Amino acid sequence: MLSLVIFLPLLGAALLAVPRLGGRTAVWIWIATSAADLALVTIMWDGYTGGIGYETRLRWIPSVGAGYHVGVDGMSLPLIALTALLFLLCAVYSLKESRRPRSYAALFLFLQTVAQGLFAALDLLLFFVFFDLSIVGMYFVIAGWGHGERGRSALKFFLYTFLGSLALLLGLIGLYLGSHPRTFDMVDLTAAPPDAGGLVLLAIGIGLAVKTPTVPFHTWLPPAHTDAPAAGSAILAGILLKMGAYGFARIAMPMLPGAWQRYAWVVIVAGVVSVLYGALVALAQDNLKRLIAYTSVNHMGYIVLAFGAAGLAAGDARARELAVSGAVTQMVSHGLVTGALFLLAGVLWDRVGSYDIRRLGGIAGTAPRLTAMTVVAAFASLGLPGLSGFIAEFQIFTGVIGTGLVGAVVAAALSVAGILITAALMLRVLQKAFLGPPGELTVSDVRPYETAAVVPLLALSLAIGLAPRWLLDLIEPVSATIVSLVSR
Amino acid sequence: MSGLLWLLPGLPIATGAVLAVTRRADRVAPAVATAVAGVTVLLAGWAAVVRPAVETTLFARLPAGLAVDGLAAVMVVTVAVVALAVLVFAAGDIREERSRFSGLMLVFVGAMLVTVMATDFVVLLMGWELMGAMSYALIGFWWREPDRVRSASLAFVTTRAADLGLYLAAGCALAGTLSLGLVGVEAAERPWLDLIAGGVVVAALGKSAQLPFSFWLSRAMAGPSPVSALLHSATMVAAGAFLLLRLQPLLAATGWAATLVAWAGGLTALLLGAVAVAQRELKQLLAASTCAQVGFMVLAAGVSAVAGGTAHLVAHAAVKSLLFLVAGAWLTTLGTQELGELSGAARRHRLTGVTFTIGGLALAGLPPLSLWVTKDLILAAVDSPALHVVGLAATLLAAVYAGQAVIAVWRPGGGWEARPMSVLEQVPLPPLAFLAVALGLVGMPAVLAGWSRLLGAPAPGPGPVELALSGALAIAVVVLARLRPQRRAAPGFLRDWLRLESAARLLVWRPLLAAGRGLARFDDHVVDGLVRAVPRGGMAVARFARSPFEAGVDGVVSGVSATVARLGELARRPQTGQVHTYFAQAAVGLVLLAVVIALVR
Repeated sequence: MLSLVIFLPLLGAALLAVPRLGGRTAVWIWIATSAADLALVTIMWDGYTGGIGYETRLRWIPSVGAGYHVGVDGMSLPLIALTALLFLLCAVYSLKESRRPRSYAALFLFLQTVAQGLFAALDLLLFFVFFDLSIVGMYFVIAGWGHGERGRSALKFFLYTFLGSLALLLGLIGLYLGSHPRTFDMVDLTAAPPDAGGLVLLAIGIGLAVKTPTVPFHTWLPPAHTDAPAAGSAILAGILLKMGAYGFARIAMPMLPGAWQRYAWVVIVAGVVSVLYGALVALAQDNLKRLIAYTSVNHMGYIVLAFGAAGLAAGDARARELAVSGAVTQMVSHGLVTGALFLLAGVLWDRVGSYDIRRLGGIAGTAPRLTAMTVVAAFASLGLPGLSGFIAEFQIFTGVIGTGLVGAVVAAALSVAGILITAALMLRVLQKAFLGPPGELTVSDVRPYETAAVVPLLALSLAIGLAPRWLLDLIEPVSATIVSLVSR
Repeated sequence: MSGLLWLLPGLPIATGAVLAVTRRADRVAPAVATAVAGVTVLLAGWAAVVRPAVETTLFARLPAGLAVDGLAAVMVVTVAVVALAVLVFAAGDIREERSRFSGLMLVFVGAMLVTVMATDFVVLLMGWELMGAMSYALIGFWWREPDRVRSASLAFVTTRAADLGLYLAAGCALAGTLSLGLVGVEAAERPWLDLIAGGVVVAALGKSAQLPFSFWLSRAMAGPSPVSALLHSATMVAAGAFLLLRLQPLLAATGWAATLVAWAGGLTALLLGAVAVAQRELKQLLAASTCAQVGFMVLAAGVSAVAGGTAHLVAHAAVKSLLFLVAGAWLTTLGTQELGELSGAARRHRLTGVTFTIGGLALAGLPPLSLWVTKDLILAAVDSPALHVVGLAATLLAAVYAGQAVIAVWRPGGGWEARPMSVLEQVPLPPLAFLAVALGLVGMPAVLAGWSRLLGAPAPGPGPVELALSGALAIAVVVLARLRPQRRAAPGFLRDWLRLESAARLLVWRPLLAAGRGLARFDDHVVDGLVRAVPRGGMAVARFARSPFEAGVDGVVSGVSATVARLGELARRPQTGQVHTYFAQAAVGLVLLAVVIALVR
């Protein structure tokens, strides 16, 4: 079942290889495949009962103890569901894509398999293969369908994140060498943490920090986002960034508990710096996509902060669980909200070919629906209660302070200022581009398929914000597990 | 019963959300909104009687919920009644985008209802922040005008800056009490107790526009008048005072927080009272007076006068919504809100004139109107003589500014072309005026005892001497203001709301923006510069490898091959193919060989 979910998009991509297929047909095949995949994920969600579900374990490279081992738990299932949903909505958004739609669809379906495979992987080598393939896929999306200096940005993205993934590979090999018996299997490695210390954590940490991204390893992100097509940006921010954060919770924390505890403060500081730095730099941006990219640095910083606090063994365990739940919720929330923001920014590019908020103004007059959706997405991004960001960030702040340690209180007090700066910068965007008198460029309103691509994201954000139990029931057990594993 | 608790805020929020995003519902929206507000009043009344409570789980093992206790009962009824009055007025007053307007107002009211019924920090913060966001949307309702949008942003960012205190308080509550409940939070250990109190105080002072946050309320005037009527009376600014009254045990437990709050309230009442006296516009005068009057409620929380503070909150809600509605009616019909130009406004529209006068005199603290009594209920609980003097001085200023406003509108004058006033704009005024008078009954000993039982808080009544003194002073001040109507030019410092906004811009906003710009440059040049330096360094190494290094290696290789080639060239030379040459070569070779042999031997 799980393998079918993972590889169904690839089958769809194979179908696109049929000769003489029209562009529109290709996109419809893409939509149908992603929709079928989402349906399967929904069934899987419904049937999930706890622990590791839908597990498959096959021999792959037995000589080094690597296998095809996949399964889902309360952290990977929401992320797989988010992946399926966001890819489907990107397909809907790309309904009118005119540039080589067949290859575009095939590339996205390939990326969908890669992303779902990564979140389901329970083997380090398998994880790494998907991790690397995601970089390759996204390189082609940016280089092939981007705009502006797309070649340059794509190359920067590729080289930077590829270098990061090499660091990750070194770390993974370090884990392998420290394990008894030698294995790449995540479940085995988690059950018996390998003898590996600070250096292995450093390698894994840098590899994942580049992907997350954490300051100072973030500078590939703004150009990649700016020059990527809207759907590519949405996937990059919504799904690919989560791979880094997910790796911390899935690999670094449970497999290197001792080192994680030792260096928890380093992680916390990196988180706080990312939060404040990302928010402040975003405040000074006039390019909407760069601005959203930097808010991603800010939002992912909260996750890093929470994971760091989880390693404070002296802190209250319940509070740390709350922080980790918040971090996992934030992964989902950020995927929904930032995905929506990037798709909406894509509408602007489609209409006026600019992201410069100084040249826009009074969009609400000509495009009320676009404005309404942007306002909701902006308020979700700044953490307004009733939307998912609040549920995530409140848990993180409260959990981090709740550990009861002075340093953690200071860290949370500093990073809580992030939500104020985000509020200021989001209102600045609304004030300059969407409200007030008409600007230099005129924007026409959203088309039905664009609305159909964005509204489900915002609706889900609202659903999580108002009644989060359906999600938290899934996440909370796994947070408790992570905290107990990292406290060993 | 739990259904009632969900329905009470849920009905206005859900209806409001639908109305806010529905277009082409402008015709029916005011009627729908008014009907919903009416039902909300009934639900609030019912909830106040049956006192339901409901508990749910948002986050694992941290109970959250809504409940109606004595204080919440008073608040829900107040909020619902004022909201109904304002929405009826708005149905006649607001002419454009009525659906969006009504929808936002309903969500605003619903958020306040959530705030007052919350039993824990999460739900409290949800209502609290949603209310802030709605205030943004309503202040910036006329979004085409950049000034109004800027005011809305400023109001939201300022109140949210203060809200951060509530986030911190929630985390500290978890650390200190292992729960997020509001009840029993005062049992936390130090330093958690101090941190919780500090966070709550900052958040409340920000929401209530107390010093030093007062400036945002001046900018909040950019919204339509019905928004002001709601925002200044039963919602938003009232929320801060409410929270302090709700958490009065927490303030008392810390010791310092109660004193701090008492002084913050007292000083705001005094200084913003002076600001109100200096204003030239009716709405700005009323706005400053709101800060001052809410200051009394905050003072009440600091001196443990919960019953008196709540009574003042309720009475002020009736008075201030009435005054803002009348001011708004004059603004739309006469097109001005300059005090100097409103001469004769009260004579022209008798109903508005009379109701405004009742409200204004109540605000001035004239006996036997409501605020006279409720203010003295608070002052009676003040022990510190210095603070008592501050409070008394603030009541005198209230008499001055309220007296000025009333006198200005009765002054003979006018001659403007006035638009007729709609019936809907007039309907809510008499009931509110009635409340502004009747709520003074809370001072009667029997009523006061009941009120104190309702709130579960002791209410020491003011002594008759005190009441008589403050009443006489208020009358004297108003009469004096009537006799000496000429006004000296007020200092600009007071006209500009103590220049608090400029200070906030200079001390907080500018540095923040500068930090953002500086970091953005740092990010581009240094952080990314280092990253770009890596491939540049790589290229430099590559160039170096090409020359001299690679050129060197290559040079050796090609040099060798060239030498070999040259040698080959040389070697080819003797191969001429001619026998005589070969013979000669052989001969030379033999001679050389012979010489070598001879020499070696």
